[in-house]
Formats: sequence, structure tokens, C-alpha cells
Amino acid sequence: MTTVSPLHYLIVSAVLLVIGTLGVLLRRNIVVILMSIELILNAVNINLVAFSHLHRQVNGQAFVLFVMAVAVAEAAVGLGILIALFRNRGTVLADEMDLLKW
Amino acid sequence: MAPFSYNATDHLALLPPILMALFACAIMLLDVLSPSAESSRRGTVFFSLLGMTFVAYSLALQIRAVTHAPGFAIPAFQGSLIIDALSLFTNGLVWFSTVILLLCAYRYLEIAHEHRSEFYALAFFAECGMYFMAGAVDLIALFVGLETSALAFYILVGFTRANRQSNEAALKYLLLGAMASGFVAYGFSVLYGISGSTQLSEVSKAVVRRGSADPFVILAVVTIAVGLLFKIAGVPFHTWAPDAYDGAPTPVTAHIAVASKVAGFAVLIRLLLGSLASARPIWAPILAVTAVASLTVGSIAALTQDRLKRFFAYSSIAHAGYILLGFLADSDDGRRGILIYVFIYALMNLGAFAFLISLRRPGSAADRHTPGDLIGDLRGLSKRHPLQAALFVVLLLSLSGLPPTAGFLAKYFIFIALINTGHITLAVIAAAYVAVSLYFYFRLVREMYLLEPRPAEQHTVEPLASSLGIRLALGTTAGLTLLIGLYPEPLLRLAFLVTGGVP
Repeated sequence: MTTVSPLHYLIVSAVLLVIGTLGVLLRRNIVVILMSIELILNAVNINLVAFSHLHRQVNGQAFVLFVMAVAVAEAAVGLGILIALFRNRGTVLADEMDLLKW
Repeated sequence: MAPFSYNATDHLALLPPILMALFACAIMLLDVLSPSAESSRRGTVFFSLLGMTFVAYSLALQIRAVTHAPGFAIPAFQGSLIIDALSLFTNGLVWFSTVILLLCAYRYLEIAHEHRSEFYALAFFAECGMYFMAGAVDLIALFVGLETSALAFYILVGFTRANRQSNEAALKYLLLGAMASGFVAYGFSVLYGISGSTQLSEVSKAVVRRGSADPFVILAVVTIAVGLLFKIAGVPFHTWAPDAYDGAPTPVTAHIAVASKVAGFAVLIRLLLGSLASARPIWAPILAVTAVASLTVGSIAALTQDRLKRFFAYSSIAHAGYILLGFLADSDDGRRGILIYVFIYALMNLGAFAFLISLRRPGSAADRHTPGDLIGDLRGLSKRHPLQAALFVVLLLSLSGLPPTAGFLAKYFIFIALINTGHITLAVIAAAYVAVSLYFYFRLVREMYLLEPRPAEQHTVEPLASSLGIRLALGTTAGLTLLIGLYPEPLLRLAFLVTGGVP
């Protein structure tokens, strides 16, 4: 049985980063875009925990707590703005947000 | 690791953000406690200006302490915060921008029927975040600072809730801004991985040790550079900027264009010219491409705009391009050029946006073109409001970089630095875009001075929604722009002081 090395964690987090970025750029539904942003931040968290374990110190884990708090705050503000928008426009699709162009 | 302690130095470093946060909370409480809406409004404005006075005092205390400190820098909190010339320079500009925001916001929010005290509280929270962006020398503190200010800005952009453009702008800003923060955080996590520490001094050593061909260093530097270029709206990461600028309430637009960008450049200086300086071969090409692209897209798109705020969004993208060129000139001249440009950029843009706020007049909220939004609304302004028009012309001259004003100085130092470090091609390209910018800024002058107002419009363009605060803001910024152009000595000395102190 092979052991799990830090490199494996890095690969997982890199994959999550790519999926998250593609999600932000390609998906239409804004709720899904917000979820993709969470994926990016979770990629960061996996990285930090893996490195924290590698270096045998807790700084990285402390960083994770801050990233989690920020992720929650971002989701809260994002959904709040989305609700305000939905009340005015009745849509959560990104390609129908076309009032502001050029 | 030293046991946690809290001493006088830490207190000095933390005093301004503590004051900002306390005043933000106090303003929200005040709103609940005050008897009538009218007294709440007045109380909020008075209280926020009082808060800014206290913050100014605490920054003055820091300045006094720094002048006696060895190396013009005071580290605090076991080296996660620093008070130095760069942090004070940035905080001073952010403070000024916040004061202008507070002065201009009252009339604007009244016209929009959205005068709520959270606006002022959020302005304080944003300033609090930017304080940490300017002074943090630790990855965690830096990230938290970036996010605190960004979250406050997302809400401020969407502050006029009933306005669809404002909603949409806030959402676009939030989605792209959050993705950019994610990239920055990812880069930080990799930096932590290669150095085993969150302190920038340790990170710097690790980056030097690994060299600039190491894949982890490349990954970290590229993600951080991309994330931060989003924040300062460099092309091709600028797509949020025109929308957010256009949809946001104009005082907030001014604050994003100035304070947020100034703080973003402070982080770029601290990271790219400080701890990641040895990774120059990685980030220099990214910045060069972004700078030239920003100049091109900013200048060409500004030519085609007919909405004023969009026009200034693209113009500020072009200005970001000039500032980025300063990073490419690897010399003290370049660093000084960046600081001088940032300072003058802040003045010119605050003035220009204060002028735009004064153009705003009551109109229906659902109307797409509220009077005062279009370049055509400037028509014939010189006849009716000669003084305001003249001050705006001073600012436009400065924005385009003509000699008697400060804008010339800003571009001059960047160009000199580029030529002295052998970046002749870049200097020539940048100079060519100065010519383009002359054309599009003079379009506004032409509207104000040479074109007659269309008879049908005359009644709509009549009164300027000016208030004492707006007049004060416009007068101060235009006056300083002219003064610095004529007597640049103090600003140059300030720039020398700051470049001596960047760790």
C-alpha cells in the first residue's frame, strides 16, 4: 500500500483550484459560481493543512481558520446581494445580467 | 516562539484600526438610539468626521514615533505588522480618500433616498481593512486585511438596493473579487509551504533559496500576481471595473478607484518589490504585458464611452498601466515614480469624481440615464458654472499629463525611470498613449467650453447638486494638483523618505 505524501494533497488542491476557476468562468447560475469560489478557497485550505502537517507547526492551521471565516463572510454577502438582485430582476443567471455593458 | 504579549508598540500599531472599528460600531448604535431620522443623519455625518479626526491623530502619533525609530520602521506583534514610511504613506492617502467619501456621500445618498448610517460604518470597516493591507508583513494579516476591505466594498457598491445597476455591479465585483482573493490565498498557501512560516521576511529567504526557476515559486508568484492585478484592475483582469464603477454610487466609485487601488499598490510594492523581489524574472513579464494591455484597452475604450463614470473607469485602468510600468524599472527612481504617481493619481481622481457627484441631480431611480451620467450632460457647463468647470479642466489637464499640473510630474518620473533602466520600447509606447489620452480628455473640455447646450436639455442641466462638502473636496484636490505641479519639492522628499524605508 502506498503512503500519502504531501504531493498527493497538492495535486488534489490543484485540481480543486482548476475546477473552481472553470466553474466561475463557465457556469451560468450565480449560486453555482459562489459554490465554485468556495472550491477555490477549499483548495487553499487543503494546501495549508498539508503544509502545516509537513512543517509540524500550527501556523497553517490558524490560517485555515481565517480562510474559513472569510469564505463564510463572502458567501453571506454574496447571497445577500443575490437576493437583492433577484427581487429586482427575478433571475439568478449570470448571462441575464446585462444592464452594464461597454 | 515568544509568548504572546501586548506592549506599547503593539498598541501604537493597532490604535488606528481599533478607532476605526469602534467608530463603525458606534455609528451603527447611534442610528438605533437617535430619536428621528433627520437627527440620525446629522449625527452620523458629524460622528464619522469626528472619527476621522481621531484616526488622523493616531496616524500622527505613529508618524512621530517612526521618525525616532531606527531605520524608520517599527515592527509590532512579533513581526506581523509594521509601521513604516510605506504604511504611513498609504494610510495617509486612504484616510484622505475616506474623508472625501464622507464629505461627498451625504448629498448623493440624499438624492438617491438611501441615506442609511451603515454606509458610514462600512466606510470605516473598509478603511480598517486597508490599514492592514498597508501595514501587514505577515501572510495571514495581509489576507485578512485584503478581505475585510473587499467585503466592505462589495456591500458599498450594492448600497443603493433598489437600483438594478447597483445590484448588478455589486454582484460582478463580488464574484470576480472573490475569485481573485482565492488566487491570492492559494499563492499565500504555497508560499507558506515553501517557507514554513507566514512572515514575509522568512518567505523572502525561502524564495531566494529556491531561486526563480522552482515550480512552487512560479506557481505562488503567478497566482499572487494575477490575484492582485484583479484588485488594481489591470487588463486582462479588468472586466469587473467598468461595471462596478458605473453601477456603484459615485462616492463609492471614487473610493474604489482611489483608496482600494492605493492599498492594492501598497501590497504589490510590499510583495513584488519587497519579499518577492528575487522572483523578478517571473513577475516582470506578467506585469509588462498587463501594463501595455492596460494602456491600450484603457485608452481605446475611453475614446468610445458616452457615460462619464465608465469613461473614468477606463481612464483609471490606463493610469494603472503607467503605475505598473514603474514596477518594471528596477531602480529607486522606479519605486519613487510609483509612489509619486499613486499620490497624484489619488488627488486627480478624487477631484474628478467629486465633480461628477456634483453633476448628479434628482431623477427617477429606475431611469437608466439619471441626469448627470452622460458626457453630453457637461455641455455648456462653462457658461453656467465657470468656477467648477475651470477646476475640472485643471484636473483633466493633470489626468492627461500636461506640464503646469501634477499629472505631468507623475508621468515624467515614470518615464525617466524607464529610460534610465533601458526600457526604451516601453517608454515610447507609454508616451504614445499620452497623446491618445490628450484626445479623449479634451473631448470633455470641448463639451464644456465649445459646444452649445441643446435647447431641450437646458432646463435639466441647470442646478448643480453641490454641497459644502463637495465644493471643499473639489477645491482641495484641484488646488493641490496645481500646487504640486508648481512646487513638487515636498512630495519628492516624501517619496525619497518612503523608498528609503521599504523593507
